[in-house]
Amino acid sequence: MKKVAVIVSALCMLIAPLAGIAANPDQDLKDFRSHFTEKFPSVPLQDFTNGVYSVDKASREQWEAFEDFPPYEIYVDKGEVLFNKAFKNGKTYSSCFPKANKGIRQDYPYFSEKRGEIVTLEMAINECRKANGEKPLKYKKGAMTHLTAYLAYKSRGHKGNVKIVDSPKSIAAYERGKKHFYAKRGQLNMSCADCHYYNAGGKVRADILSPALGHTSHFPVYRNKWSLASSSGDGMGTLHRRYGGCNKQVRAKPFKAQSEEYRALEYFHTYMSNGLTMNGPGVRK
Amino acid sequence: MAKSIKVRAKVKGDSTVVKALISHAMETGLRKNKKTGKMIPAHYIQEVTCSHNGNDVLNADWGTAISKNPYLSFKFGGAKKGDTLKMSWVDNKGESDSVEAKIK
Amino acid sequence: MNTKRRSFIKSSAAAGAFGVAVSAGLITPRAVMAAWPKAAFAATDVDAAVKNAFGSSDTTESSDIALKAPEIAENGAVVPITVTSKIAGTESISLLISKNPTPLTATFKMGKGAEGFVSTRVKMSKTSDLVVVVKANGKLYSAKKEVKVTIGGCGG
Repeated sequence: MKKVAVIVSALCMLIAPLAGIAANPDQDLKDFRSHFTEKFPSVPLQDFTNGVYSVDKASREQWEAFEDFPPYEIYVDKGEVLFNKAFKNGKTYSSCFPKANKGIRQDYPYFSEKRGEIVTLEMAINECRKANGEKPLKYKKGAMTHLTAYLAYKSRGHKGNVKIVDSPKSIAAYERGKKHFYAKRGQLNMSCADCHYYNAGGKVRADILSPALGHTSHFPVYRNKWSLASSSGDGMGTLHRRYGGCNKQVRAKPFKAQSEEYRALEYFHTYMSNGLTMNGPGVRK
Repeated sequence: MAKSIKVRAKVKGDSTVVKALISHAMETGLRKNKKTGKMIPAHYIQEVTCSHNGNDVLNADWGTAISKNPYLSFKFGGAKKGDTLKMSWVDNKGESDSVEAKIK
Repeated sequence: MNTKRRSFIKSSAAAGAFGVAVSAGLITPRAVMAAWPKAAFAATDVDAAVKNAFGSSDTTESSDIALKAPEIAENGAVVPITVTSKIAGTESISLLISKNPTPLTATFKMGKGAEGFVSTRVKMSKTSDLVVVVKANGKLYSAKKEVKVTIGGCGG
């Protein structure tokens, strides 16, 4: 008996580091997806990219009325102008993003082996600016969101294609993001999963909790709420802007946009929606 | 100046369906700037006009309760593909904009 | 109706001449907006607003006015609404929100060939009746629907 125990524990020690879990992103994705398809059997897989509107009829009607001529179109147009405007040195964003017109959003974020870190689309945009002698753009709203709105619009139709590279740093970032998603935080002691995984479709006062599956496909997003806070009515915001808002809602200190923590979360979060069709930008409450 | 009006006009059977999205703050004048504590002055579109072949097809009087980045849709008959539609607005500050669009 | 404004539009050939003329001061905003019903828009209740806009607050409820609006608005600042009036000779469609500080929201005047149809997005400060007044053949007709405006639990 003792011998068996020793062998078992020895095996466990061997398996443990690999099982970090052993991170098995592929299996995670399958499990994540089936959690939602089982919870909402009448929702076609691709419809999850429409968030709450895939699980609530009344708000869907209002959203469809919005999609008739969505406010984000104003900002897609602005983004197109920005994208094609030359930097002071004469070059344009095309020099950094040659495939932009064919659609690139679906490939972000990605893990850069060379740099050992997660690179998001917003980061890449500012790096492009820096390389061409321009000042960086803010990461939560404004011109950055106009650019990403244009890029997202051009990427419609592509399927989410984030790659989890099989290397220790990449897996560590994935795991960090996964941990953030499931960890309780803040004064209200709630995790992203509490609302968007375990209680998706449920209500918080008059708000319906969106399923996390399909969460990232439609960013940047025009939120009616954000447009009220903007003197010009610009309701566009990035994923990290929303992350900050969500952290604040559970009374947790938000991380900075494009911080390692949010980039790790984005890596995990976006990967979970791989295979779903990109449909950004979106319009939301 | 960048156009603030996006118009889509399409012939459907006997009517032309017009949909427009206007970029405008539509500020009511009843809100306070949280940072400065001062009231944000009213700034809203008061009149919208749409014309076709020299005739007004729609005249609208608006107040402050039309939403920010206003949307408008209406229908009218008597137009055909290729015709031109003109839409313009004037706000309480006397600012204005107008645009022409081809009916598809 | 402001016939002066109408004839100006007829005679302007260039694109945007209307707006250009206004900003150039050729047509002062005040003159252009002589038609803008200031008193009606300032009225603080539905009856006063209708009386001010049309000279009478005598309206007849009509089932020929179809009003599409959500039961519960997702966001009170942007409530999508659509009005279809099947009443023959519809001249104008007015929208009023009973519990807004100033209920009169908009009046759409049908011009040449325009159908009794309009769709837009409005601000509702709280749960309220959305009232539609249609002017047709000199008479006033109305329809209304309650729209609930709630506070959400999320935000960010």
